[in-house]
Amino acid sequence: MDLHRRRYLVNRIALTLSLAAMAFGLVWLLWILWTTFRLGVSGLSLDLFTKMTPPPGASEPGGLANAIAGSLVMVGLGTLVGTPVGILAGVYLAEYGRFNWLGSVTRFINDVLLSAPSIVIGLFVYAVYVAQVGSFSGLAGALSLALIVVPVVVRTTENMLLLVPDSLREAVYALGAHKWQVIMKVTIRASKAGILTGILLAVARIAGETAPLLFTALSNQFWSMDLGKPMANLPVTIFKFAMSPFTDWQSLAWAGVFLITLGVLAINVAARVLFREKR
Amino acid sequence: MSAQAAAEPTGSPATETGRMAVVPPRKPEKASSAALGDVLFHNLTRAFALIALATLAGIIVSLVWAAWPSLVRYGAAFVWTSEWNPPAERFGALIPIYGTLVTSAIALVIAVPVSFGIALFLTELSPAWLRRPLGTAIELLAAIPSIVYGMWGLLVFAPIFAQSQPFLSATLGRIPLLGALFDGPPIGIGLLCAGIILAIMIIPFIAAVMRDVFEVTPAMLKESAYGVGATTWEVVWNVVLPHTRVGVIGGVMLGLGRALGETMAVTFVIGNTNFLEGVSLFLPGNSITSALANEFGEAAPGIHTAALIELGLILFVITFVVLAFSKLLLLRLAKGEGTQA
Amino acid sequence: MDDAATENLVTEVAFRNFNFHYGKFHALKNINLEIYRRKVTAFIGPSGCGKSTLLRTINRMYDLYPEQRADGELLLGGRNILDRGVDIYDLRAKVGMVFQKPTPFPMSIYENIAFGVRLHERLTRGQMDERVEWALRKAALWNEVKDILPRSGMSLSGGQQQRLCIARGIAVKPQVLLLDEPTSALDPISTLKIEELITDLADEFTIVIVTHNMQQAARVSDYTAYMYLGDMVEYGKTDQLFLKPTKKETEDYITGRFG
Repeated sequence: MDLHRRRYLVNRIALTLSLAAMAFGLVWLLWILWTTFRLGVSGLSLDLFTKMTPPPGASEPGGLANAIAGSLVMVGLGTLVGTPVGILAGVYLAEYGRFNWLGSVTRFINDVLLSAPSIVIGLFVYAVYVAQVGSFSGLAGALSLALIVVPVVVRTTENMLLLVPDSLREAVYALGAHKWQVIMKVTIRASKAGILTGILLAVARIAGETAPLLFTALSNQFWSMDLGKPMANLPVTIFKFAMSPFTDWQSLAWAGVFLITLGVLAINVAARVLFREKR
Repeated sequence: MSAQAAAEPTGSPATETGRMAVVPPRKPEKASSAALGDVLFHNLTRAFALIALATLAGIIVSLVWAAWPSLVRYGAAFVWTSEWNPPAERFGALIPIYGTLVTSAIALVIAVPVSFGIALFLTELSPAWLRRPLGTAIELLAAIPSIVYGMWGLLVFAPIFAQSQPFLSATLGRIPLLGALFDGPPIGIGLLCAGIILAIMIIPFIAAVMRDVFEVTPAMLKESAYGVGATTWEVVWNVVLPHTRVGVIGGVMLGLGRALGETMAVTFVIGNTNFLEGVSLFLPGNSITSALANEFGEAAPGIHTAALIELGLILFVITFVVLAFSKLLLLRLAKGEGTQA
Repeated sequence: MDDAATENLVTEVAFRNFNFHYGKFHALKNINLEIYRRKVTAFIGPSGCGKSTLLRTINRMYDLYPEQRADGELLLGGRNILDRGVDIYDLRAKVGMVFQKPTPFPMSIYENIAFGVRLHERLTRGQMDERVEWALRKAALWNEVKDILPRSGMSLSGGQQQRLCIARGIAVKPQVLLLDEPTSALDPISTLKIEELITDLADEFTIVIVTHNMQQAARVSDYTAYMYLGDMVEYGKTDQLFLKPTKKETEDYITGRFG
């Protein structure tokens, strides 16, 4: 059976290649994680959280305190601004705009925003805000992060609401409820865990975003909580320090990357646990 | 649709030109507070949907507006001019565009087959106890910020890669025609390095989508193929893959979109130079995103900034075209199925 | 079976002390059963009784699932197909299968049929055309699709799709055709067509059908096995089993007192 032997051989080869692909993928990713972990942990110290980023030529290694604080502020503010917009727009798409033109157009636009390069978002905020005000600022950074949060939350909110069966909605209408009551009291509540998961994933996404902050928040050598001024943040600091020739700075960058990776993975795991438990 | 009709108990769908999801502009005899709530809530959510819409319009308008000086001054030639000389105020986008397209192409060439292999492994080959952990690992890896990939690429991968480049030159470099791509100075960073880092970054994305769509292939359909004596490979290649092609294309497009718009993973390792002296992939270059990341902060307001923003606009257009193209493709596939189904 | 001698029956498939497990669950208990060549054998019983499980062992479909295993003997043409050395792909060429729901492959009607044939034989274009026509005629579908062969298999109606799946199964020229509740997703008219088809196909193939519909078993089968909770309760000629069941449980089930 020549035909059979050839087919089995092809099958054997394909499956071996598949195994090799899995190994190939895992090797890279484990390598990256291992490096981040090894160099990140060795760069960890209390100074990291208490000292400011070092100026060029500084004798002390310094820390990342201002960058960590700035990142927390901007990520927090970006989430706070972006989430309500995303949820309400998502509710519109799922509950009112399933078939009308505004719904379809918004859905498409949202897909475009979702896939828009984050650096373009940064350019946009630069053009409409930074260039007008004439100064880089933490607020501009938070705004660009908010713009990344919105489409993610819109998408998950809509998807989660659509998972609620229409029979449940009908059951509430049958009690004489108005549409907004149905939405607020039943459908949103039924999909709460899913929506929250979406928000968490959006936070994880912006926590590591660098590109949109380059031209909005810029960075800051010093401790500053003034939203109207350039604000230090982890990603841009890491970018700057990793590209530098100084080993001290590179080791700070590894510590920063380790913190971000740890945070992002923790949020992702939390989102997963939450989603699984509440469903 | 019927559920929507039921969802509008007091509405008059017929007057809404057949679209039922819109709350009817009815005038309640008694404007109770609950009814008022309906109107308010509807308009509130609609306003936010409009905000999303306005944002996109705003992005396009503001980018065009900010890039206007450059658009007017260089015209269409901007796209195919290769000179990028800020002091002389001569700007052309050819090299960044080339860098963006080439690195993304390299990334896809590597990532698509590997992701397919991973998805095949996870759905058909993996022992049951390994499926969940491996699948979760892949999904979590898709969440790692790109700056991690970029930094690792620069500080860890590029030095090692530089050592293997002479080997590539001696092997792949010997292939006629294609060989020129792998012939050049072994300096590590460059277009090929950026492409490889991008590939590593998008593998989890594409693999996760492919695994998801392979997993929802009905067991009965697969069993039917096994039932006529097909091997695992034949089942996946001839039945599962055609059955899931819409999702697979979607996954690949998602990966492509990521690669095109990625900044950090590329900027660290592409070399950041606006000169390109040959076709070799070993050469350093620039991508749209890396040019923006490196120059924008230092660019003087005026024509340099405008030219950079025009670069961003071009990138936006490219990703938009990719997205629109994949949507159209999916629509046509769905329609093709529709007329036949 | 006393009739075996008189009717000149040949055993196609035989289960000897056959057991089947899903993980720890003992799904089939010590099954002994002879299935005769070119007869229609029906497996009936309440859901969860193991009738589908039993059917799916004949082409070793359970091999796809690591937690499922069989022991004992399962003879096809005298050879134990549970043996390690058995080529399961070749086995599945000898044992075709049709499922509860139509499962056309995502390809053209023609390719749906040709796909399986190509796995096992090298045919010229002309031979393949003939084979496809032959299979479609056998499945009583040729007249309906002969002009639309390049169209997607999914473009057919449910009943047509199921006949396409039957055609696909017989195109490989198997000895045995397994039908797992083949009409459970179809309307009455399509069901009737499939039932007629089953009777016709029995001239050439050994057919084993699982059905939850007792009338269907009575209409199409020559032999019937009644199963309950993994046990083979009663097995015999269909007429006898329905008219004069020897076991109380069988009688209860077929008279509808239970199930």
